[in-house]
Amino acid sequence: MSITQERTTNVIGQRMLRREDPALLTGEAKFVNDLVIPGALHLAVLRSPYAHARIKSIDVSDAASMPGVVAVYTGKDLHSTWAAPMPCAWPVTPDMKNPAHYPLAVDKACYVGDGVAAVLATSEAASRDALDAIDVVYEPLAAVIDLEDALTDRTIIHESIGTNKSYTWNLKVESAEGAVDKAFKTAAFTVSERYVQQRLIPMAMEPRAVAAVPQPFGGDVTLYSATQVPHILKVMTAITLGIPEHQMRVVAPSVGGGFGSKLDVYAEELLCVALARKHGAPVRWVEERSENTQATIHGRGQIQNIELAADKDGKLTAVRVRLIGDMGAYLQLVTPGVPLLGAFLYGGVYDLPQAYDFSCTSVFTTMTPTDAYRGAGRPEATYAIEVAMDALARTMGIDPYELRKRNYIKKEQFYDAAGNPVGYTAFHGLNYDSGDHLAAAEKAMQHADYTGLRKKQKTQNVPGARKRLGIGMTSYFEMCGLAPSRVLASLNYGAGGWESATVRVLPTSKVQVVTGTSPHGQGHETSWAMIAAEKLGVAPEDVDVLHSDTAIAPLGLDTYGSRSLAVGGVAIAGACDKVIDKARLIAAHQLECAAEDLEFAKGVFSVKGSPDKAVPIAAIAFAAFTAHNLPDGVEPNLEAQYTHDPKNFSWPFGTHICVVEVDTETGKVDVLKYVAVDDCGNQINPLIVEGQVHGGVVQGMAQALYEEAVYDQDGNLKTSNLAEYLVPAACDVPPITTDFTVTPSTTNQLGVKGIGEAGTIGAASAVMNAVIDALSGLGITSLDMPASPNNVWKALQSVQGGKQ
Amino acid sequence: MKVSITINGTVQSHDVEPRTLLVHYIREHAHLTGTNIGCDTSSCGACTVHLDGEAVKSCTILAAQADGGSVTTIEGLSKNGEMHPMQKAFMENHGLQCGYCTPGMVMAAIGLLNENPKPTDEEVRLGLEGNLCRCTGYHNIVKSVLAAAKK
Repeated sequence: MSITQERTTNVIGQRMLRREDPALLTGEAKFVNDLVIPGALHLAVLRSPYAHARIKSIDVSDAASMPGVVAVYTGKDLHSTWAAPMPCAWPVTPDMKNPAHYPLAVDKACYVGDGVAAVLATSEAASRDALDAIDVVYEPLAAVIDLEDALTDRTIIHESIGTNKSYTWNLKVESAEGAVDKAFKTAAFTVSERYVQQRLIPMAMEPRAVAAVPQPFGGDVTLYSATQVPHILKVMTAITLGIPEHQMRVVAPSVGGGFGSKLDVYAEELLCVALARKHGAPVRWVEERSENTQATIHGRGQIQNIELAADKDGKLTAVRVRLIGDMGAYLQLVTPGVPLLGAFLYGGVYDLPQAYDFSCTSVFTTMTPTDAYRGAGRPEATYAIEVAMDALARTMGIDPYELRKRNYIKKEQFYDAAGNPVGYTAFHGLNYDSGDHLAAAEKAMQHADYTGLRKKQKTQNVPGARKRLGIGMTSYFEMCGLAPSRVLASLNYGAGGWESATVRVLPTSKVQVVTGTSPHGQGHETSWAMIAAEKLGVAPEDVDVLHSDTAIAPLGLDTYGSRSLAVGGVAIAGACDKVIDKARLIAAHQLECAAEDLEFAKGVFSVKGSPDKAVPIAAIAFAAFTAHNLPDGVEPNLEAQYTHDPKNFSWPFGTHICVVEVDTETGKVDVLKYVAVDDCGNQINPLIVEGQVHGGVVQGMAQALYEEAVYDQDGNLKTSNLAEYLVPAACDVPPITTDFTVTPSTTNQLGVKGIGEAGTIGAASAVMNAVIDALSGLGITSLDMPASPNNVWKALQSVQGGKQ
Repeated sequence: MKVSITINGTVQSHDVEPRTLLVHYIREHAHLTGTNIGCDTSSCGACTVHLDGEAVKSCTILAAQADGGSVTTIEGLSKNGEMHPMQKAFMENHGLQCGYCTPGMVMAAIGLLNENPKPTDEEVRLGLEGNLCRCTGYHNIVKSVLAAAKK
């Protein structure tokens, strides 16, 4: 059998339609809750209605006798089931406090939504009905919802650790001792700002769902979960439940979005596996949305104090950051690491000298645990430096773009004196692989007609104008492609940052790519097939991509941190190289020439200078399969596994510009225009890249204008469903202008970076800078997110008593 | 109670609890799992289907209320192995990413064009107000619907 079609053009870079789509568009795709599992019992979890309460007693007798109910368990009943507490993989400091966290609370509930009892029943309805019949006597304790108050230890949440503080982590980089203090003392201009990163609810459209299917007499368990991290989940489930790892299999079928919220190991996953083993029957659970808002991690939740020092020209001379991070009630998988992921980015895209002082103190509260949410630490950092840059520009009385131009790392700084691309070694020692910030910014300025907008603003924002125009910009870096394993080691992360790929050319020359990445909307099947097709010279249609099942793809570190392409995609390219290397030996044997004399292009090996002496990789694949005539020492079959451990993070960048009109009577903000110019290096599939930017921008815009997880003083979540938590609809957001510059990464063979989080990293600050720009003429120079009509209106009232 | 509903052209009769919502009837009794559930407040629109030709959120209706009615779900859109023009438009314009909101979004979009065959960008945005998507930022969804309207 031959290759389906001869390739005449490059595959990489084409706007190829997604192969994932037909199944998703016709209802064929199966999400966890769509799986038919005969005999499955249904799990329901009773959750604490109190933010902080001692559990005095639990009476399950009424519930246990209800029709359809198979069993009811409390935290005490199951305590001996757990071999270890729920995992936190990122002990950021040796003295970090990490209170034991179990799938069901034992003595105390520490947030509204903390699981206290579990029901197993023969139907979902019966399991939920029984929750109402469980009688829990609580002794309510004081809620802790204010971060600064939490740090006073007035009310201790976890008595076992004796404090609400989890850790303090510092990153101080000075060219000489005292450099930061000196820079502030001698600065021509300084700004000192305080920002609140409100808590956000990730709200993937598919709530979480879990099904554990045991094999009672063999001991194996298959865990189906709506997860981003089947591989991590497999290891962690094995450790937490004391199951031999080789008996655990995790499958993530179609997964309906994650945004970090499915990058975790959750109580319900462990409960389903534990109870499935206990009962010798499948156990499944599906999350209701109002459960999701409490039982699935939240994102952001930081108080940021940032100070900038600048010389008379506005050139930054020092940055000082003091952060308080809201961990919520417990540390989840990477909760404590989130602020660290931002710690390297508070210097922005600027040529900052070694005068940087960052410190983060993270604290427990009686709210839902936080963890990685799209961007994880990097949107927060970008927000702080970029909103502070606008504040500095206002202080100096210069245009914010002019201030940025004076500070950008210049294109030539990414090259050595001989013109070699060596990257830019930043103040903190990390190397930015490539960049041209000015080019991206200039392109964004042109799309937005920045000069024209500033003119229009002058005529529009006159005293008494009801609608004021605001223009905001952000220039960002995204530290992504998580991550070089050695760097992760230096940050005390509990795993590496590599990714695995296996490429297999089947006897009929069809190709299987096995990847350790685990997509949930990113279109990996399409893009990974394009990479393999490009490398092997076959048609993308001839490449199948296998993923998200630890039995099929046993090695992997999954999908988060914009790592899938920059680490996982590069691993595929590396595996293809190994396949080609092996095929080359067989081709040389067949053509009776030296392997070095062969060139490989468009799927064909040919002898240099004698193009008629050629053999296609399809024929090599068949020869490798029959193994009738292989060179000595060459194993049959054409397959290679490659693990890529990146040399560096990848550093996508760009400039976003947002134009808003603020109604000074109602406080409503209308986004008139949003321009995103991003640079993620070489693009595999521009169609998908644009889609990632659109979605990311709207999530960032949502933080700026709409979303906030609101808790009352008693620790009740007031925004606990989609009627109360404002995820923007189509009519709430504008069309988005996307464009790109292409500055290839110099640290991987594909020249790629990442794009999954870029939009979110850039958008919140661009929007807020625009809103503040519209209002600064009225004396409003700071505003907390979200810039909702209510918040904007209150700010207007506070400066002018409502009068203009 | 016995409820009979014609789903995608086939009459289905099932004994269900009176509290059964149409979406649960479709998923659990008719075993058509393309219709997704994304919330519990009728906010997200993931469960949108057509009932007697009109787009409805199937979590807002009891199965009993649809008794004797005719429902089209996402599984019923393609004809002779060909996707519906709206499904094709979503594919051609990258109008979906994770795909969870997609069945409801497609059903709502078809309902929108039935009422307003040539909508503007703004009319599409307002018309899809009841359907939430967390992945696409709506840009390519709007583009998909406008493209389908041109066909």
